[in-house]
This record gives sequence, C-alpha cells and structure tokens, in this order.
Amino acid sequence: MNESLHRLGEYVLLMKKAIAIPDRWSMFFKQLIREIYKLGVDSLWIVVIISVFIGTVIAIQISLNINSPLIPKFTIGYTTREIILLEFSSSIMCLILAGKVGSNIASEIGTMRITEQIDAIEIMGVNSANFLIMPKIIGLMLFIPVLVIFSMFTGIIGGIGASYLDTRMTPSSFEYGLQFYFNSFYIWYSIIKSVVYAFIISSIAAYFGYNVKGGALDVGKASTNAVVMSSIMILLADVIMTHLMLT
Amino acid sequence: MIEVKNLTKSFEGRTVLHNISAVFETGKTNLIIGRSGSGKTVLLKNSIGLIQPDSGEIFYDGRKLIGMGKKELNILRREMGMLFQGSALFDSMTVLENVMFPLDMFSNDSYKEREKRAMFCLERVNLLDAEHLYPSEISGGMMKRAAIARAIALKPRYLFCDEPNSGLDPKTALLIDDLIHDITVEYKMTTIINTHDMNSVINIGENIIFIKEGIKEWQGDKHQVINSNNEALNDFIFASDLFKKVKKAGNHKS
Ligand SMILES: Nc1ncnc2c1ncn2[C@@H]1O[C@H](COP(=O)(O)OP(=O)(O)OP(=O)(O)O)[C@@H](O)[C@H]1O
Ligand SMILES: [Mg+2]
Repeated sequence: MNESLHRLGEYVLLMKKAIAIPDRWSMFFKQLIREIYKLGVDSLWIVVIISVFIGTVIAIQISLNINSPLIPKFTIGYTTREIILLEFSSSIMCLILAGKVGSNIASEIGTMRITEQIDAIEIMGVNSANFLIMPKIIGLMLFIPVLVIFSMFTGIIGGIGASYLDTRMTPSSFEYGLQFYFNSFYIWYSIIKSVVYAFIISSIAAYFGYNVKGGALDVGKASTNAVVMSSIMILLADVIMTHLMLT
Repeated sequence: MIEVKNLTKSFEGRTVLHNISAVFETGKTNLIIGRSGSGKTVLLKNSIGLIQPDSGEIFYDGRKLIGMGKKELNILRREMGMLFQGSALFDSMTVLENVMFPLDMFSNDSYKEREKRAMFCLERVNLLDAEHLYPSEISGGMMKRAAIARAIALKPRYLFCDEPNSGLDPKTALLIDDLIHDITVEYKMTTIINTHDMNSVINIGENIIFIKEGIKEWQGDKHQVINSNNEALNDFIFASDLFKKVKKAGNHKS
C-alpha cells in the first residue's frame, strides 16, 4: 500500500514535470510528428487486421447464437455494430495497443535512462521529461481517434464479409441491421474513451521507462509492468466512463 | 574554476563520499582517479547537480550550485558539456543531428549556421565522414569523439568526462586524451575527467585527485604522483606495470 502510494506520487510529479511549455516549439513539433508516425501510423496495419477478423467472428457467432425464428435476422447486423462501436474498437483495441505501444514507449525511454541519454539531456539544461514524454502523450491522444475510426470501419466490413459467407444471414438483412436505430453518440463515446486510454497508455509506460534503474533486464521488466498496469487502468477507466456516459 | 567543499553523499545508509573538498582549475585537465567503485562517478554527478549531495557546497566560478534558482541553473547548464561513460549519444539521431541537438535546443542561429558549427566540431574531433551514420553504425572510439563534439557544440566553460577512454585500445585512448587536453587549453575550459587509466595520468594529469572508498586520499600533479609517499596511492598506481617501468626509468636517471 505504502509502495503504491509512493509510486502514485512519483507518477504525478513526473506528469507535472512532463506537461509544461516546451523549451523549443520547433523541436516539440519535430518530435510530435515522429511519435505520431511511430506510435500511430505504424499501428494501423495491426488495427486493421485485428478488426476485420474480429468483426467477421463476432457476426458469425451472433448468427449462431440467435438462430431462432422468433428473432428477426437484422438483429445480427445490429448487435455486431453495437459491439464494435461501443466496446471493441475502443476498449479492446486499446488493450491490444497497450501491449504494442506501451511496451515500445517504456523500453525506448528505459533504454535512454540506463544508457545515460536522459542524463545527457538534463545536463544540457533541457527538461528531459517534457522533451521525451509530452510528444508521446499528445501524439497518441491525437492519433488514437483515427485508429478507432479505422477499427470501427474495418470491423463492420469484416461483419459484412461474414454475412456473405454465413448462410444463416443475408447481406441485405445485415445491412439493414447496421443502420437500425443508429445513435451517433456511441461513436463519440468510443472516441472520448480512447483518448483517455491513450493518455493512460502513454503516461504509464513513460513513467515505468523513466524510472528504470539497473540494466537491460530491468528495462524488460519495466515494459512488462507498464503493459500490465496500463491494461488494468484501461479496464478501470472503462467501467467509470461507461457509468458516467451511458447510464 | 570549480570548487567542491565538504561533499558527503550516502545511498541507503551506505556512505559513498566522505567529506570531499577539492578545487578544479580552469584551463587544465583535472583528473579524479581511483579504483572501480571508489565513488568517482558519484562525485562527478554530484558536482554537476545530477545527484543531490547530503551535505556540502559546490561553486562554479563563485556561483553556488546547490539551491540555485531554476533560471540560473539552466544558464549554468548551458555552460556545461558532459561526456558520459557510455557516450550517451541519442540512438534515434544521426551523428550530425546529435551534435546539432544542443544548438537546435538553444541557439537562435539559422539552420545553415547551426549545421556549420556542428560540422566544425566534428572536424575538430576528426569525424567528418561519419556525420550521416547512426550511433549503432560507428565504433566505440568514434562514438566517444561524436560525444565530445556534442559536448563542445555550445562552447562550454566546463567539461566533464566520465572514463573517456574506457573500452578503447591504448592508441585511440591516447588520441581521445590529447583531444580533450587540447580543447581544454584552446577554449580555456575547466575540465574534470574520471579515469582509472594510468596512461591518462602520466599523459594529461595536470591536477590529480585520488579517491579511495569515498575519501580524498591525495592531490597533486603527474610529476608528484610517481614520487608520492602515500601508501594507498602507491598501492593503486603501482598495480600497473607501466608505472613500475616509469618509476624504474626515473630512478636510473637520477
Ligand atoms: N544510484 C545509486 N544507488 C545506490 N548506490 C549507488 C548509486 N550510484 C552509485 N552507487 C554506489 O556508489 C559506489 C561508487 O560508485 P561509482 O559509480 O561512483 O564508482 P566509480 O568510481 O565511478 O567506479 P567505476 O570506475 O567502475 O565507474 C558504488 O559502490 C556503487 O554501488
Ligand atoms: Mg564510474
């Protein structure tokens, strides 16, 4: 308990140091573009692949489970859409990204710590936390809505694909279901959630990386811890935000 | 001139530095020598403010480091250059970008001028053909030289080197030593070098501080170091064959 309070305090202090006016805006934007590319654009392919496949599987499994003459066929398309829009493309996608992006951030910053690159930045009179961490946080928060929208889009495409494959549904009823009782707030709800997750992933990973002590082994440990901790925090935030926004 | 007064530092109850006082002179290469684990790196990091000492004072030409305001500290930091034990070049940047980094951060010159200054520094350390390579693509000696170029890019008044020639072959090590010595004289810097390399001691030991288990045992220059009567110092330096030979040769002459 004492240990976790201590860590929480360290985390808050680090964020206070990181979130500040940059020493040089031109350098900040240069870093920002780099991070958006590395953390965001490079994650597009994995988001697309996972979303298409899961979208397909969701549609097939729902058709399997509600195969009853009492339930109209379009329910399959409707339910698939709701699952993807509400939960899959934001929370599940971000849990996956916590693994990819979180470990990347923690190991990059951790390596810079143990090879004294962070000391080298500090000694020049540059705020190292601000220089290294803020572009990652802002970059991920800016780009994650793009990933979420891509995921929604490709997930639905996967579902439509399933409606052609699976004889229990028809493409026309599936498409009718997709448009049935559509609430656009759900998209905003997902995007807002994902932006919060982006902050959680990048700031927690940065914290674990920045505070590495020791050698390469400790960098590995830090990146594992970062992924575990940010996953737990994502789930916790999911419950809280869903309660606040949907009930 | 950098002055360290009564510096004490402990980690988790274990005292690593005991009440160390020393003066590091301008325009000279000041050496801190001692066994591995004696506290050289900790002393250096305390002197530049990367670690906070438990007690003691540090003065940079009269400016008191501990308790210095943020603004003042940032100004002072821009007058410091540091060469880290493992070079600490930024992996994600080329050699040229590494050297330009402090300029990009603090200089108001145009890109062309900054690049020119960086190229000048690279030329000074004899590293002109490697500017577009990444740190992972160059040798250890080249990394050291690139790190020196980065450290002098902003024309520092104070230069700190942590084991500048560890992991280098003797010839390259001498080159690096000479380079540090030459730029120290050329730019009238106050240079502090951590080393346990006996070659460096006879080569550039203009002001030597010997530390044993966190205690300052001895201070003097390269001529005095051979003829000292300090037992701990003799123990340390005559562990090296080279020094035995130097001493023998000295005895023959006299
Ligand atoms: N951050 C730290 N936390 C705890 N102990 C430390 C820390 N940094 C250094 N020490 C301890 O202080 C002592 C002196 O370490 P230091 O790195 O100064 O040695 P050194 O003289 O530079 O050795 P080397 O020549 O091997 O670099 C060592 O016993 C080390 O374990
Ligand atoms: Mg050391």
